[in-house]
Amino acid sequence: MKNHVLRPLWVAIAFVALIFLARYFLVPSDFGVQGESFTYNYHRKSNVQEWKDFQVKYLGSDVCVVECHSENGESLMASPHAIIECENCHGPGVDHPETEEPAAMSVDTSRLLCIRCHADLNYPGTARAAIPGINPDEHNVDSECVECHNPHNPDLEEM
Amino acid sequence: MIEHAETIVHGAEWTIKHGFVYPNEFIYWGITIVMYPYMTGLVAGAFVLSSLYHVFGQKDLKDMAKFSLVFSLALLPVAMMPLMMHLQQPLRGIEVLFTPHFTSAIAAFGIVFTTYAIIVLSEIWFVYRKYFVEQSIALKGAVNTGDQVKRVIYNILTLGAYDISEKAVAKDHKAVTLLAAIGIPVACFLHGYAGFIFGSVKANALWMSPLMPVIFIMSAVVSGIALCMLTYIIIMEWKKFKAILAKGRGNETVTVIAGVEMDVMKKASKYLLGFLVAAITLELLDIIFRGYTAMKSWDILREVMFTEDFTKIFILQYGLGNLVPFILLLLPKLTIRRLFVSLALILFGVFMMRWNVVVGGQAFSLSFDGFMHYDLPLIPHNLETYREGLFGALTVAATPFVIFWVINKIVPSLKEV
Amino acid sequence: MSCSRRTLLKNAVKGCVAASLPVSAFKFLSPAEARAAVGDPAVRWGFLVDTTKCVGCGMCVKACKKENEVPYDAAVTRTWVERYVITRDNKSHVDSPMGARDGFTDQKIDKLEIAPEDIAKAFFVPKLCNQCENPACVQVCPVGATYKTRDGVVLIDRKWCIGCGYCIMACPYGVRFFHPKYKVAEKCNFCYHRITKGMDSACVHACPFGARKIGDLKDENDPVTQVIMNERVAVLKDEYGTKPQVFYIGLDHNVR
Ligand code: HEC
Ligand code: HEC
Ligand code: HEC
Repeated sequence: MKNHVLRPLWVAIAFVALIFLARYFLVPSDFGVQGESFTYNYHRKSNVQEWKDFQVKYLGSDVCVVECHSENGESLMASPHAIIECENCHGPGVDHPETEEPAAMSVDTSRLLCIRCHADLNYPGTARAAIPGINPDEHNVDSECVECHNPHNPDLEEM
Repeated sequence: MIEHAETIVHGAEWTIKHGFVYPNEFIYWGITIVMYPYMTGLVAGAFVLSSLYHVFGQKDLKDMAKFSLVFSLALLPVAMMPLMMHLQQPLRGIEVLFTPHFTSAIAAFGIVFTTYAIIVLSEIWFVYRKYFVEQSIALKGAVNTGDQVKRVIYNILTLGAYDISEKAVAKDHKAVTLLAAIGIPVACFLHGYAGFIFGSVKANALWMSPLMPVIFIMSAVVSGIALCMLTYIIIMEWKKFKAILAKGRGNETVTVIAGVEMDVMKKASKYLLGFLVAAITLELLDIIFRGYTAMKSWDILREVMFTEDFTKIFILQYGLGNLVPFILLLLPKLTIRRLFVSLALILFGVFMMRWNVVVGGQAFSLSFDGFMHYDLPLIPHNLETYREGLFGALTVAATPFVIFWVINKIVPSLKEV
Repeated sequence: MSCSRRTLLKNAVKGCVAASLPVSAFKFLSPAEARAAVGDPAVRWGFLVDTTKCVGCGMCVKACKKENEVPYDAAVTRTWVERYVITRDNKSHVDSPMGARDGFTDQKIDKLEIAPEDIAKAFFVPKLCNQCENPACVQVCPVGATYKTRDGVVLIDRKWCIGCGYCIMACPYGVRFFHPKYKVAEKCNFCYHRITKGMDSACVHACPFGARKIGDLKDENDPVTQVIMNERVAVLKDEYGTKPQVFYIGLDHNVR
């Protein structure tokens, strides 16, 4: 019974020790300052790889055209729409090439797809104004655009 | 249904935007984060009040000291509660202690908070150790289970230190004084830190200010003292009421209780006024400075302060929450009833100050070109609207009283020990 | 008796501390080890946005949401496009409906019809995470759940984030939000899974007009680096000292 004054201190130390112990078991062993700065690089190392392993979904027109859809590719590439990726209009390819499942791809025939670029906003001098524009509320309102225009080759001459 | 759940954006349910607001901006910090510094403030304030007696020997506060110490213990877990409620991943909250990233004010807060909790617990232990030992001895040989359990609890609470000789008890007192002395800066630090959490967010034009921590400390002390006084009044009134029931009005006990009560309260309210003046001065300084320097953000801040949130800031916070109680307290012939009203208003005023900082800081967009209105969820219809709504806040507000009630069963803070 | 108990306690404490101190937290890896695991320090990803080329079609936003599994119908998004219309009376009208996921198909801004002859200038500004050199969001994370990789991209650890929202508050650009499904902080990471495989970010890939480009700022011959070096470019909100690494061509003082 020399000095009871330190008792709470021992309890506190035991508590801190407990946290350290729990930490030992619960914190992943690759957690730490992986770079040069504690401020910006303190993290769990394996997370970087987890992000690298995230699934890629947009494969690129090359994949579509080279492997299967040369027909669409050729016509698109020769048209004013050549700059547009297939997947912009058809949605991400993801496993479509492997499964060859047509349902995995979307064929969006809605007017909304086209008016993203073609709705005339009347901003003279901008890149938007350089795209031929129509007024969606007036230009053949009752039909889908693709009924008249070929999305893969929208050239008016060839309509 | 699952599709639907995935489109519910945290914050969208209570945020109304107008003007140009970035798409990802919502009121992410709602009432839970208002409650958090408020509760932390009450803890700090209650502790400072008790320390005034233990350290500076303010004898007039003796009765309050013990009570406010135990009450600050009851408030302690509650300061953490709204924060945990607010987390999107509450189960991971402990990570703040596991992998603290000390460049974050919240990480350091975890450590400061733990330190502070240890100090408060130790101090209470020293204050009540003698009592624990006495109880343990008194309950020796108890027959019924309730008392036996009680005895075990007291035995554990003594931590095996049964020596209550005068020398040992004197040591206890010394330890109390020391802990209270360390505790004051830690309590202030704790709350300054809560202020720092906001003050250091450079992206937020309203929050970013070096004065923020100091303002938070001052208003914390104000609210802490006010809450202790208020609770004290309620308890004394209850005692008086019981005395009247038992012995009739005009009995000597009743007048004694009333006398003691008034005496303690008058003295405590002097400290309260002091801190209140300091708090208001700092806040006004902050506003004046912002207006004078008129940085880029001033246009939108002015719009928020003088139009959008005018009622909340100038009428509810400064008017009703500061000015009115200030006048009420200064008018001569202070009565308990008037004191009670002033205290309630002060508590409300500090709450409004937290609200205006936390919610007000998000009332304007980072684009400085639009506003967000916080539509507090009243009736909860899912977990989210409970946690971040009125009922969550009420739960948080009620908890310290429940905890105090439980603690008081073991550690009586209202009786003479 | 109490003495022996205390020694026991002491030893237990010593044991615990000894057992847990060497743990990872402040462990520094060997440089090679770190380089391999946390991104190539020889690379610094940077981004170039040419606002003069943007037509506001929103293909980038659509692609980003699908590529990164951000719920399509939720209002939050990793990247978005803002429309600025400055009228002759010097008022700026800004909007970004659904982050421009479906592009801009209407002349009205916030239900306001603006006559073409009143328009002084109009332009679109794509926004995304700036992958700052000094990211304020990383600095304030209490648990080390967000961090900067060696190649300069700020990532979020979905398994470690506690969802306090402090990073969201700290970002001056408003790029962060809570992921509606995973309930953790979320933001653009330049499509880290794509750029580390030699592909372009999804938005860059989707943009038909070349308004978005990503490159390695440490490579002098990279076209993006060339532009940033040789032409006049600006960054957003440099007053915050975050040193953004997304550079803009054709920025205007009206841009928020
Ligand atoms: C501007 C948008 C757009 C682009 C770019 C585009 N498509 Fe299409 N595609 C469409 C639309 C719209 C249809 C549906 C036409 C219809 O129903 O008449 C379609 C139809 C198709 C079809 C026929 C599907 C069916 O069920 O009949 C194939 C195959 C196809 N596209 C492949 C491609 C490929 C490959 C590319 C890239 C080289 C491409 N598309 C680029 C819009 C586009
Ligand atoms: C990503 C933007 C974009 C989308 C989406 C888009 N287009 Fe186009 N469209 C263009 C561009 C760019 C041109 C070529 C402009 C030029 O170079 O003259 C063009 C040209 C055209 C033309 C030819 C105009 C002419 O004068 O020859 C038509 C018709 C057309 N698009 C119809 C469509 C239809 C139908 C759709 C929907 C399936 C569509 N576009 C979707 C960007 C787009
Ligand atoms: C009923 C058939 C039809 C439909 C449906 C239709 N168009 Fe056309 N579109 C035409 C014809 C015919 C022309 C060429 C004559 C003209 O300029 O009006 C044309 C012209 C255009 C042009 C060129 C305008 C210019 O000034 O060069 C664009 C762009 C265009 N259409 C886009 C669209 C879009 C986008 C949609 C869907 C929202 C659409 N069209 C729906 C028949 C149609």
